[in-house]
Amino acid sequence: MGNSSSGKVQKERSMLLQKVMIANHFKKLSTAHADNKKVVYTFVPGNLNELIRAFDMLPVHPEINALQSAMRKKSAGYIREAEKYGHSEDVCTYVKCDVGMLKSGNIGPTGEKLPEPDLLLLSYTGCFTFLKWFEILRQEYDCPVVVLQVPYQGDGEITPEMTAYVAKQLREEVVPVMEKISGNKLDEEKLRRLLDSSARAESDLVEILESARHKPSPIDAYFGGVYYIGPIFTAFRGLETCEEYYRVLRSEVEDRLKKGQGPITPEGPLNEEKYRLVVEGPPNWTSFREFWKMFHEESAVVVASSYTKVGGIYDTGFRHNSAEPFESLAKYCLGCYTNLNLPSRIDLLEKYIRDYSADGFLINSIKSCNSFSAGQLLILRELEDRTGKPGGFIESDLVDPRYFSAANIKNRLESYFQMLDSRIQEASVN
Amino acid sequence: MNNTNSTVTQIIETCERLYNDLDFSYVKNWKQTHAGKAVGFMPIYVPREIVHAAGMLPVGLMGAGDLLEIIKGDAYFQSYICQIPRSTIEMAISNRLDCFDGMLFPAICDVIRNLSGMWKLMFPEKYARYMDFPQNFRPEVGGEYYHQELIILLKDMATLSGAKVTQDQLRQSVRLYNENRAVIRELYDLRSADPHLVPTYELYLIMRASNILEVSEHTAMVRDYLGAVRSEKRPERDNIRVVLSGVFCEQPPLALIRALENSGCFIVEDDWVLGARYLLKAVATEGDPLENLAAAYLKDTVKTASRYEEDGAKGSYLIDLVEKTRAEGVIFAAPSFCDPALLERPMQQEALKRADIPYTSFKYSESSGQFQVIKEQTGTFADSIKLWGSV
Repeated sequence: MGNSSSGKVQKERSMLLQKVMIANHFKKLSTAHADNKKVVYTFVPGNLNELIRAFDMLPVHPEINALQSAMRKKSAGYIREAEKYGHSEDVCTYVKCDVGMLKSGNIGPTGEKLPEPDLLLLSYTGCFTFLKWFEILRQEYDCPVVVLQVPYQGDGEITPEMTAYVAKQLREEVVPVMEKISGNKLDEEKLRRLLDSSARAESDLVEILESARHKPSPIDAYFGGVYYIGPIFTAFRGLETCEEYYRVLRSEVEDRLKKGQGPITPEGPLNEEKYRLVVEGPPNWTSFREFWKMFHEESAVVVASSYTKVGGIYDTGFRHNSAEPFESLAKYCLGCYTNLNLPSRIDLLEKYIRDYSADGFLINSIKSCNSFSAGQLLILRELEDRTGKPGGFIESDLVDPRYFSAANIKNRLESYFQMLDSRIQEASVN
Repeated sequence: MNNTNSTVTQIIETCERLYNDLDFSYVKNWKQTHAGKAVGFMPIYVPREIVHAAGMLPVGLMGAGDLLEIIKGDAYFQSYICQIPRSTIEMAISNRLDCFDGMLFPAICDVIRNLSGMWKLMFPEKYARYMDFPQNFRPEVGGEYYHQELIILLKDMATLSGAKVTQDQLRQSVRLYNENRAVIRELYDLRSADPHLVPTYELYLIMRASNILEVSEHTAMVRDYLGAVRSEKRPERDNIRVVLSGVFCEQPPLALIRALENSGCFIVEDDWVLGARYLLKAVATEGDPLENLAAAYLKDTVKTASRYEEDGAKGSYLIDLVEKTRAEGVIFAAPSFCDPALLERPMQQEALKRADIPYTSFKYSESSGQFQVIKEQTGTFADSIKLWGSV
């Protein structure tokens, strides 16, 4: 059975539900200050959504704004705008897109103006650029900044000292500032309820991601995966709507699993699964659909990806834990994918290749993300050596369309799939 | 090596030899003579006192500059990654770094951070540690964490060297590095007061020597240089005075440094080899040495791009340097694809604009061979300041 391409984007209930959640969130943001709500700008990796929500504040994630701008084809203009202000062509395009958007009126993805922050919560987790990004934003806004430094897992482990340091910062730095901004004392019971809710949604997410172990996989864990992680990585973790989203999504996935169906893609259902891949690195957002289509056309399904772990790794057992709220938040931050050292990243990818019976793996190397990209060529070699599976390597960017060359990427992918084909045939003969 | 009563020429020749020697003969000789070990470290700062107290030689590594053709190193990094990790890997896989028994990778950016993991994979038999530094500067929060990090480092260094490290040995090392920092401050003060006496080329090579030489030897060398250069008659020049900013990691080639000075700029302040000047005041030598090192890191340090600025007064430190050194402008030089320097730059430039301080900016790589355009740019910058006091 071939894969159809209707041209019309097919949407399931969970997708529509997520769309409503996002629209409502941005609606609330647009009236936040009129509604006397406080707004916290913060980053996705190591985000403290439960804590922010415990104070009844609303989060804004600059990376999400940037990727949304890219998907709406606005990032090129924003990046140009930032470069006019002296930002180098060499640096992170998320930052430049965000700065350009700010300089252009700070209009969010729903067309409504984003509120100015009451607090910049710099969760310094797994990415050096975050530090500079909020130093840059601090020049633009008259609001406090609180830093949560999350030590890097340089030796591939989370030590008790690291957890204690993050938890201490939460108690002694972050919470007092949030109490001051919000005008409320921390309600620890509320925080615990939110953490319990997070854990339930996280368990559902793991079931969804692990469904890709089946053949055929009912999900695409990279392109589809970015939708699946959306609520839990951003403004909704800890909320009832988030739990509901994952219940609905899980039931959709289980239904497809029972019927032996493949993932739903914008081009329609992918019914034939020819190649099973693991992907390392973020996607390109400016040509997201075109990029996905290149895989769809080749009947390639991504069964696991590292990008869907940047906002938390749950499939190795971590859950937010209301019994130790601050330590649990600390361990969450410390465990995000980009906070793992290179050997740990390779171990995780190797595990995915084996556990998900992948035919090969692909690295999408992002020009402006050194946190991900530096060392990826060694990752490629190590994974090939360890698993014997062929690796592919393509280059693009997050939100700068100047660095997405569709023809080059398609050529490389076609060659890669040909190589995979011959390897699969060789394996079947032997 | 004995520098006593050396002439300026002799001292600079010694520094040139050290700079050009990618086989690290000095390190090998030191190890043999002292039956000791050597630990390399990447920019910007590590507490060298701890390595030294363990009886080992701490050696700052700043890439291979334009001295080494990159043959295999490029295969490890995409085109959009800076040069310093390539040449560091190239040196390692061509066995030039075999004399190092361990490597420290301080937190500066994601590239050096990930290089630490690459090292663990590629050279599993060697000690390698990524060093996180506090971005929280409260003693009871960031200070406590950093103190723990220093305890781990001390334990590791003692294990690596096979020696027990006493508090007195640590204090003695702190004293030696305090002396070194003091004499370097004197060197910088002299350069700022009489830049024609201390050409940047010479100062730079002396600073690079601090990466390699045992600390007492370097202190003696700087003292010798100061003595010798003060008695030299050197021609004054009609150069402008500039602060050079952004060169704290991957280094500009030596020829580029010369070209800047020859284009009409006295560099009266800079941020290369910043680790040797990172702590601005003497570290206390009474009490717990690790606590003292931690306390020194939290306050009284330089401000640089990899260190979070709590007060939000971005650019004020640079402006203070301009005022202190009576500089007439700032040259921003950053390695291509250097996140810390390039993300920092627009904020610094904005502050300079507000303070009405002229600046010019360019990018380089350690392996650049063509500087004509940069020389013309900085020459024009110098001329316009001379003629009009601004650009």
